[in-house]
Amino acid sequence: MFVEVGNFALILAFLAAIYQGTLPLAGALKGDVAVRSTAHAAAIAQGLLIVLAFACLTQAHAVSDFSVANVVQNSHSAKPFIYKLTGVWGNHEGSMLLWALILAAFGAAVAATKDSALTAMTVSVQGLVAAAFLAFIIFTSNPFARVLPAPVDGMDLNPLLQDPGLIIHPPFLYLGYVGFSITFAYAVAGLIQGRIDAEWARAVRPFALAAWVFLTIGIALGSWWAYYELGWGGFWAWDPVENASFMPWLAGTALLHSIRVVEKRGALKVWTVLLAILAFSLSLVGTFLVRSGILTSVHAFAVDPQRGVFILAILAFAIGGSLTLFALRAGKLQSEGSFEPVSREGALVVNNVILCTMTATVFIGTFYPLFVDILSGERLSVGAPYFNAVFAPLSALMLFAMAPGAMLAWKKGRLVEALRAAAPAAGAAFVVVVLAAWLAWPKTIVAAFGAGLAVWAGGGALIDLGKRIRLTAEPKRAWSRLGGLPRPYLGMTVAHVGVAVIVIGVMGAGVWRVETVRLMNVGDVISVGGFDATLTSVENLEGPNFLSESARFSIVKSGKDVTELVAERRFYPVRQMQTTEAAIRTTAMGDLYVVLGERRSAAGWAVKAYYNPFVFWMWFGSGMLAVGGVIAGLPKRAAHRASAPDAALGSVS
Amino acid sequence: MTRALLFAPLIAFAAIAAWFAVGLRQDPSRIPSVLIDQPLPTFTLPAIEGRDNPLSSEYVKGEVALINVFASWCIPCAIEHPVLMQIAEDEDILIAGINWKEKPGDGAAWLARLGDPYDFIGDDADGRVAIDFGVTGAPETFVVDRKGRIRLKQVGPITEQIWEQDIRPVVRRLQAEE
Repeated sequence: MFVEVGNFALILAFLAAIYQGTLPLAGALKGDVAVRSTAHAAAIAQGLLIVLAFACLTQAHAVSDFSVANVVQNSHSAKPFIYKLTGVWGNHEGSMLLWALILAAFGAAVAATKDSALTAMTVSVQGLVAAAFLAFIIFTSNPFARVLPAPVDGMDLNPLLQDPGLIIHPPFLYLGYVGFSITFAYAVAGLIQGRIDAEWARAVRPFALAAWVFLTIGIALGSWWAYYELGWGGFWAWDPVENASFMPWLAGTALLHSIRVVEKRGALKVWTVLLAILAFSLSLVGTFLVRSGILTSVHAFAVDPQRGVFILAILAFAIGGSLTLFALRAGKLQSEGSFEPVSREGALVVNNVILCTMTATVFIGTFYPLFVDILSGERLSVGAPYFNAVFAPLSALMLFAMAPGAMLAWKKGRLVEALRAAAPAAGAAFVVVVLAAWLAWPKTIVAAFGAGLAVWAGGGALIDLGKRIRLTAEPKRAWSRLGGLPRPYLGMTVAHVGVAVIVIGVMGAGVWRVETVRLMNVGDVISVGGFDATLTSVENLEGPNFLSESARFSIVKSGKDVTELVAERRFYPVRQMQTTEAAIRTTAMGDLYVVLGERRSAAGWAVKAYYNPFVFWMWFGSGMLAVGGVIAGLPKRAAHRASAPDAALGSVS
Repeated sequence: MTRALLFAPLIAFAAIAAWFAVGLRQDPSRIPSVLIDQPLPTFTLPAIEGRDNPLSSEYVKGEVALINVFASWCIPCAIEHPVLMQIAEDEDILIAGINWKEKPGDGAAWLARLGDPYDFIGDDADGRVAIDFGVTGAPETFVVDRKGRIRLKQVGPITEQIWEQDIRPVVRRLQAEE
């Protein structure tokens, strides 16, 4: 019964979205306020209907209703209950429904803001996007399809996906991807109205920040999952689907920066609108990549050319349509005021150029093999070496420009003054380069420079913050000044320091890590990174839907007991798959990471141990990015709290 | 800004979309016509570090064989791996591995961890042999007949479904051939 209700709700939501995407838009164009305003009600109705559909699918998974094809293919009666729930979106159909749910939620969020021509049009454009995706779900990927007769049990969820990290990874990623649909819809509405101004920027910025924060968390979670679950000690493989999430993130980061210029200076309008379209377009291309089977990847759980054609049609409609509008209307957007190259807005242009180059780099690397294949039939692959080789210099440039760029004032900045102020950071960076090069000599001179640049960028941001709160001149009032700083400035500083922290983590985990492999019996010791791990026992255990071989290690460092770790190898009988659960001890300085291998005759188990310096910094820095994004998006403080010195500072933010 | 420039993104997108549309019509796992029914490239690869069963094109002649390109850094390979283990257990078929672009020792450690379905494993650290095979990424698998000709190419991981529907029937047919 619930299944039919869900299916029906989905169809009604599709109809509501069609209404939402057409009549209110026409109403807004004609100036008919009554018709225009119905967009809001339609958005909320569409949202509630999808909530209902999603609840029905969740119910089918929760009670293991094996008459539903989706449940049969992705669940099993013995699967732990929590994974039955998360299995709802651990597959193609369910994840598309989640996508539609989030799309509707964002639409409803805009509908809940004040009623104006801009919001009504935005909600309406959002409705068009929703209608396209709901059609995709209903016609090619219906999660409510039945199988009759119902099988006795299901095929279980891919065990790699039965993991706490993956419970929340896809929803965050989708919140990010789909969040950019709002900035996209605002851009289209702005183009239709022919008005992109500070008011537009203020309306868009919180949504752009929200999408960006979610995407940041989603990517970090995915990377974290790859790190601890796949048992290879790495965290990023430049896999096409990882790239698919990284491209909108890069474009979205550029967008966040350029929106600020529209808001503060009324410049870069055309560019900002283009970025808003681009960020969402890249999210759509990401979906296209994963679903069409055009590129093979671990994430490609719904390879099906039929769906690919449908998604290509959605791409042509959304991206082609918006870019046509852009080509016809963007010429009408006028910049206000003058534009000095040496200024905050000038620095933001540099930022945008670098970020867009990075985006293009990832795009080319991801699609080049396909391009060559079509052109010449020759097949090749673009791997991590290409990406690392082009990303390192671009990132270096970015880090180098970040510190002085963020110090420049709006309208007209003084570069020499900024560089002079940042001099202590340069000193600290020099010390770090020398120290790191000396400690890790000779293999990682590049990583030493990376760490030095991170210190320069993060140190520069902190120095500027210290100056603004007059930390040395008036330390007693520094704290209250900190609270009085403009939120976007504060958020930016936290995020910039976060970037520096991530870079140190990447250098540590990517370049400075050490590893050893050996065959071990109980009582043997494996040494890595100053730790000695003794294998104390290996037992066979039984989990709810897996069998496990579980090895205990006692860890000793310089003669002192540190901790005990458990590494596992799990076997999932239903899927005939093995997974490894690495034993990880995390500290701020580095992770000890032990992976249990197969037993090889009497010689014992193959064990691989890594010491990955500074890995924690990647996760912590990603957290700082997210927190920075949240701070930057917080509403302005009430005017009466802006006391005199704060107001003076406000003008330089 | 000149108006013509505003059309640039649209034109770029149209080009990319057209290219996607062409790409979609190509089945990514279809065998390139140059390789089908052609004899296997002649090659000899050393054993990977930690193993002593090197691979040469001579070793697979006279038997129906799967030649599987894999690497420990390749995540889809980890997904495919249990299926290969199952095939090695259930089927009377030679399975040869080309360990592609691997650091010394990593391949053996990976197999130690997940199990080893291969009869022979060649170390293709610089990827030269894989180029002869037209490999674009790991995993890829070639089905070779008794006369040493490539008869099927699978791009991407072999799943249980792909094995049962696409590959096993071909293997059975080739095994019946003289």
